[in-house]
Amino acid sequence: MTSAAPAREVGSGRRLTAKRTRQLVGFFYALPTLVYVICFFIIPVILVAWMSAHGCKLLTCTIPNPGQLNLPDNYSSVSGNDLFWPAVFFTIEYTVLATVLLIGMGLGLALLVQKGGRWVSVLRTSFLVPGALGLATASLLFWGVYSGAIGPFNPLMDGLNSLGTQLGLVTQTSQISFLGSPNTALLSTTVLIVWKYAGFYMIILLVGLQAIPRDVYEAASIDGASRWQTFRFITLPLLRPSIALSMILCITGSLLAFDQFYVLTKGGPDNTTVTLVQLIYREAFIRQNLGTAAAVSIIVLVALFLLNALQFRGLRGNVAD
Amino acid sequence: MRKPIRMSILAIAAVVAVVGCNSATATPTATPTATPAPATATPTPAAPGAATPTPAPTTFSAGTDDGTKLTMWTRAATQARAEPLVAAYNASHKNQVSLTIVPTDDYNTKVGTAAAANGLPDVLSGDVVFMPNWTSAGLFQDLTAKINALPFKDSIAPGAIKASTWDNKEYGLPFVMDLSVWMYNKKLFTQAGLDPNKPPTTLAEFQADATKIGKLGGNIHGTFFGGNCGGCNVFTWWPIIWADEQQVMSPDGKTSLLNGDDAKAVYKAFAQMVSDGTALMPDSKTEAGPTWTGYFPKGNIGIMPMPASLAGVANAALADSDIGVTPIAGVNGGTATFVGGDAIAITKDSKNADQAWNFISWIQSDDAQVNVIAKPASQGGLGAVVSRSDLANNKYSSSDPRLVMFNSIAAKGQTPFAVNFNAAFNDPQSPWIVLLRDAVFNNADSAKIDSDNNAITATLQGK
Repeated sequence: MTSAAPAREVGSGRRLTAKRTRQLVGFFYALPTLVYVICFFIIPVILVAWMSAHGCKLLTCTIPNPGQLNLPDNYSSVSGNDLFWPAVFFTIEYTVLATVLLIGMGLGLALLVQKGGRWVSVLRTSFLVPGALGLATASLLFWGVYSGAIGPFNPLMDGLNSLGTQLGLVTQTSQISFLGSPNTALLSTTVLIVWKYAGFYMIILLVGLQAIPRDVYEAASIDGASRWQTFRFITLPLLRPSIALSMILCITGSLLAFDQFYVLTKGGPDNTTVTLVQLIYREAFIRQNLGTAAAVSIIVLVALFLLNALQFRGLRGNVAD
Repeated sequence: MRKPIRMSILAIAAVVAVVGCNSATATPTATPTATPAPATATPTPAAPGAATPTPAPTTFSAGTDDGTKLTMWTRAATQARAEPLVAAYNASHKNQVSLTIVPTDDYNTKVGTAAAANGLPDVLSGDVVFMPNWTSAGLFQDLTAKINALPFKDSIAPGAIKASTWDNKEYGLPFVMDLSVWMYNKKLFTQAGLDPNKPPTTLAEFQADATKIGKLGGNIHGTFFGGNCGGCNVFTWWPIIWADEQQVMSPDGKTSLLNGDDAKAVYKAFAQMVSDGTALMPDSKTEAGPTWTGYFPKGNIGIMPMPASLAGVANAALADSDIGVTPIAGVNGGTATFVGGDAIAITKDSKNADQAWNFISWIQSDDAQVNVIAKPASQGGLGAVVSRSDLANNKYSSSDPRLVMFNSIAAKGQTPFAVNFNAAFNDPQSPWIVLLRDAVFNNADSAKIDSDNNAITATLQGK
């Protein structure tokens, strides 16, 4: 990018040197990020791509000896994997659900706390606090709450059941099962995610809301706009860049969901909550086929790249508006 | 033109930010493999006479005890027993073992990535069922000569050694033993009109007793099992099949036989106990493993399979005198158990093989077996099963007939052998969980069980 050519070769050497120096300073500012990106993104991606071409086995795969070349089998076998297509559909289903709920909740909370007031800062903080917890920790916390063995709901239901039986209201005892069926498992996990991340999206949207100039609202109120009209025709359009950014973060994050399902459902019941990243994990560390795991990783990476490029186009359009 | 370029850089940056954090699962072996493999540099052969066949067993010592710092990993599931053993060794030896506890579910992952990176500790303990996978990949040092030199070799429970044998070379010894038994609540037996001194001797009797207790109603349930947990039912259902002299797999671990008559009888019995409300539901359907042993101590389960250990079972809700134990029986009688637990081995990456041998051979000694493992928890020991048959009757076990029973069934136990055991049976997405859930919760017919069984065979064969 920056050539190290001698700076003083033409007549107006002084100005050129100043320009070069500025470029050089800029380059050095960018250098840590460049090193980071090369070490932790470019090189790993090249290694993953290289693994995806070989029959690399977890316990024996090394750089000089990655196993035999296994192309295109590593890639073509992916669609034959019984769990692949269900995982694709489930990941999309979860992404749609999580994105709609998170952005909806985030926007709702942002509107709730956008004006100052005595309790508003307390509310803002309490909405944001769950976001400070690690995802695995939060998942474990919810796992404990949902658990039949150690959670609070079974004893509670036992109490209610015996009360109901004594009063003659129930004839058959019942229990709650949060993770027992495909739908409740998905919903229970989504509840955790909304609890944890709604505050984060609230902050992004709140910043967007506060960037909308006051006079636009004043002009609207002079024109006699109702609250709904103000929201629909002023707030929402001016908030579009923030919403687009939230969507990019949320969709990418949800498509790469792993921790919450790994801790809460382990892909169950009956393999109905297996996400794409869980599939990669299983292929790599349970079935010990690093080659096919790397192939799925590359497929997911390409899909994400295309999706993000598409979304950035949308975002750019909004900014241009 | 500048804007699109900036945007694409931004796009890459965003993907880096998000993928970078998440793609860790796909790449961890990639970077560390750059280190040259020192695997062959480690001196392995046993020094002649390294094992000293001392007549007085309490002073048994083999290998080198010279104050070396040894590293060891174990899984969280065996933490409670590993820590006191290591502490007892460190207190009585110059060598010092530094123990790292790894979450059970992540153990395979950690071992796998460390193996490829030549970063294994000196000593590794692992679930016996995973040993074939690791020995076949060359993770350990050959201990055949050293094991054969042990004066008490013949009385060491064969399960762990057999599981750690590959190509006629022995790579491991027992670390902690885990046997499966049926545990029953004597108080609930009496309440249901059953004789608390007559535990079941067949699967049918187990079901009949459980059903009778389940009819007591309220929050009392006949039985409980981990219906979403592959490992739990490997551990507790397979002995029912073995007790009838039937097998669950071919000896080479490549063909599943879990569609046999006895296996189907087991699924049928549990399916009935689910549908008639004898088994605690919905917990039996959702239990994925972490809390499956937590139900019996609550005092409201009549009878269920449990690990053979009394440690931590009795509590305010369940008196020690109410805990009855009996060997797991077959469909038509007989008894069997699953010889599980952990095997222990010296890894290919260890440069302290003689010191590590001093530690792992000490675990088999009278001192460790009796004074740490057999000693009851109330006296500061582990109250667990010894791994040497000649020590089954020791000064501690004779105080409790239940402990004598635990120690005596080890000889009737089996340890299954398969290279792809984890993928086929223990993993949450394993075909075994599909089969057992189809058979027990989804009323699968015989043909469906057969096709599910074929899926297990395919996984066992690495397909």
